[in-house]
Amino acid sequence: MTVLGAAQSAGIFIPTLCNHEKLKPFGGCRLCMVEAEAGGRTSLVSACKYPVQQDLVVRTRSGQIDNIRKVLTEQLLAFAPDSEVLLELAREYQADKDRFAKEPSFCILCGLCVRYCAEVKQRHGVGFIDRGASREIGFIPEIAATECWDCKECFPLCPTSALQAAFVLVKSLTPSPS
Amino acid sequence: MNQATLHHIDRPKGRRVTPADRKALADLLAALLAPGGAGEMRRERLIEYLHVIQDARGHLPIALLAALAEALKISQAEVYEVASFYHHFDVVEEKPASVTVRICTTGACALAGGATLAAKLQNLLGADVRVVEAPCIGRCEKAPAALIGGEALGLVTPERVSQALAGTLSLPETNAEPMLLDAYAAQGGYQLLRECGEGKHDSDSVIATLEQSGLRGLGGAGFPTGRKWRIVRSQPGPRLMAVNIDEGEPGTFKDRHYLEREPHRFLEGMLIAAWAVGIEAIYIYLRDEYAECRRILAAALAELAGQHILPQALPRIELRRGAGAYVCGEESAMIESIEGKRGMPRLRPPYVAEVGLFDRPTLVQNCETLFWVPAILKDGGASFINQGRHGRKGLRSFSVSGRVRQPGVKLAPAGITLRELIDEYCGGMIEGHELYAYLPGGASGGILPARLADVPLDFDTLQPYGCFIGSASVIVLSKQDSARDTALRMMKFFAAESCGQCTPCRIGTHQAARLMAARRWDEPLLRDLAQAMTGASICGLGQAAPNVLLCVLKYFPDEVGASDPGTDVAGRSVSASGATATA
Ligand SMILES: Cc1cc2nc3c(=O)[nH]c(=O)nc-3n(C[C@H](O)[C@H](O)[C@H](O)COP(=O)(O)O)c2cc1C
Ligand code: SF4
Ligand code: SF4
Ligand code: FES
Repeated sequence: MTVLGAAQSAGIFIPTLCNHEKLKPFGGCRLCMVEAEAGGRTSLVSACKYPVQQDLVVRTRSGQIDNIRKVLTEQLLAFAPDSEVLLELAREYQADKDRFAKEPSFCILCGLCVRYCAEVKQRHGVGFIDRGASREIGFIPEIAATECWDCKECFPLCPTSALQAAFVLVKSLTPSPS
Repeated sequence: MNQATLHHIDRPKGRRVTPADRKALADLLAALLAPGGAGEMRRERLIEYLHVIQDARGHLPIALLAALAEALKISQAEVYEVASFYHHFDVVEEKPASVTVRICTTGACALAGGATLAAKLQNLLGADVRVVEAPCIGRCEKAPAALIGGEALGLVTPERVSQALAGTLSLPETNAEPMLLDAYAAQGGYQLLRECGEGKHDSDSVIATLEQSGLRGLGGAGFPTGRKWRIVRSQPGPRLMAVNIDEGEPGTFKDRHYLEREPHRFLEGMLIAAWAVGIEAIYIYLRDEYAECRRILAAALAELAGQHILPQALPRIELRRGAGAYVCGEESAMIESIEGKRGMPRLRPPYVAEVGLFDRPTLVQNCETLFWVPAILKDGGASFINQGRHGRKGLRSFSVSGRVRQPGVKLAPAGITLRELIDEYCGGMIEGHELYAYLPGGASGGILPARLADVPLDFDTLQPYGCFIGSASVIVLSKQDSARDTALRMMKFFAAESCGQCTPCRIGTHQAARLMAARRWDEPLLRDLAQAMTGASICGLGQAAPNVLLCVLKYFPDEVGASDPGTDVAGRSVSASGATATA
């Protein structure tokens, strides 16, 4: 069991963006960072992946954690300024949505769509391209043309409006299969 | 373990593969897959196949990627994801140019004018040659350095590049002859390994000797080597080993230095480790920038395969080629890459010693760590322990580059200070250059001012200064250089090399680089970014990236307007631009 799972079953809230009950833990967004203390040592760990163990003491909020979550939210808001999920986090952690220069790509690379398509649907219609700051999601046009139109199950998972936009774009560029 | 095999039933097709694409792919891979080669196609060798296509065609055409996906029974998305992750693969429909010239613009090469040179060369050479600014290629002692179609050229000038392209200057310009197996055996090489095979030593006492010697991992993290062997050996078999020769930390070239000279000494150390830990198969991960080392190692492994001096059967050894990705030096990212995936670090726990390569317990060791094993075991570690200065113990191979008279790999006592290193081992500073600052551990280890040139350099000694020694790559700056510009270059390096998996590093390195380009730094914002990167990043890349920036705020505030301009720590006056003038 993960720290996140244990917290949820005890009714303790830990914010998450890239986690989903149907998907394997990804640990990419880092919103779920908590302080874990074991054997006299405290470290910052991601709750969605870190396993619980005997005598582990977990702090889900502290000055340090709140500041990290605040900065992460501010960083993500530079990319998806209108995301309702992020704006709510911003209220909780006093994040300033204009702190970093805007570069709206709208996608925050939580990977929910990519992983849902691969792990649940096993279609691999959408994937991650490139790496680092140039990382982005991309539909495989030929698959999008034949598979995605009738599925679209990943759309509601997206915490921003990026997924739909990417799909519409690909759709407009691909000849329809009929 | 291999999710790729789970889902071919009813698999969406993606791009149609034509018989011609299939034939083209088969022809390209024929030599690799021929009997005596690597045998049938395997998912984990995806990167090797991509290399074959890239080498032959100069790019990766989509049609061949689709054919490759079909042949490996994996999705096209997976192939694109992997191919687009690595710098040395060009996923484009047209061949970008007939030759690619990669000019290093990171460490000492930047000080030697790498970026200006890159711009000049692109103009000079025209469209048929592609000039790319590259992260450190590990030839810092010959700055500025470049790769011309994969082969190294040092002391780059436009003339020398033209000569290399015209074939009038043949590459590589070798500076050392690798010692062959016979010569190594003649001086007592492989004797220890043979004795291990003959049962003259037991692995417990070998590990104990290593522990007493105090040998620590020389790849950067400094984990005690003997203890690591013990941990992996206690795991259930089969156990694997991955040797890290990614050597991507800017300013580091020690692994190359030793491989070019004594490949068998490294191999003996590696095989002793495999024997002591009970390793079934070894994967050597060598960075793509080291084409010469690739040939040397392949030849040495071939010699080893045909030898008659060892009584025991050797474990299976595979030599793997990186594809341009600094992050693949991080051990779990390297493991992912060996499995044929993108080099994305794994979340821990579990640690690779427990669940590593192909989910097996894995011993990961740096090339140089293994290189010292035979000598340490032969004299019980005495030659190692009896060295050291200023209260420190052991030897370190410093890769020294920058403004010193004789840059290179310097085997010096651990705990030596920068001043001693420059004066005693590097012939002093270059004429006309006065010490201003130094990076004690490549791009990751921070940056220190000249007034701290008397601090012992070793594991654990630099933490109080916000620095660490890492792979002991020392880049020396003079008063003609600027700490701010260097820090900015390093941050751009991290931004370009981040795997992009986690928010604080992917966005943080990119935002920090932009903020650091400003004349006056936004200190509170940069400090907040640094805290998120250090605290929340998944791997050491993101965690260590802020070191340079925090060091500039601490030791060179006047360079970035973080305090009143005036004279800096070295007593130098600062120009109106906030940054000191560079030559
Ligand atoms: C971003 C990053 C890059 C690294 N690059 C290298 C490298 O190029 N070579 C290396 O041996 N270790 C590198 N390391 C350290 C490895 O993760 C690992 O600690 C090392 O290979 C273990 O071998 P050792 O104990 O012999 O040093 C890197 C670590 C990080 C976080
Ligand atoms: S498109 Fe949406 S769901 Fe997909 S990775 Fe981006 S933010 Fe996440
Ligand atoms: S810290 Fe950077 S390189 Fe490491 S996992 Fe995160 S994004 Fe990737
Ligand atoms: S929910 Fe744990 S890192 Fe995203």
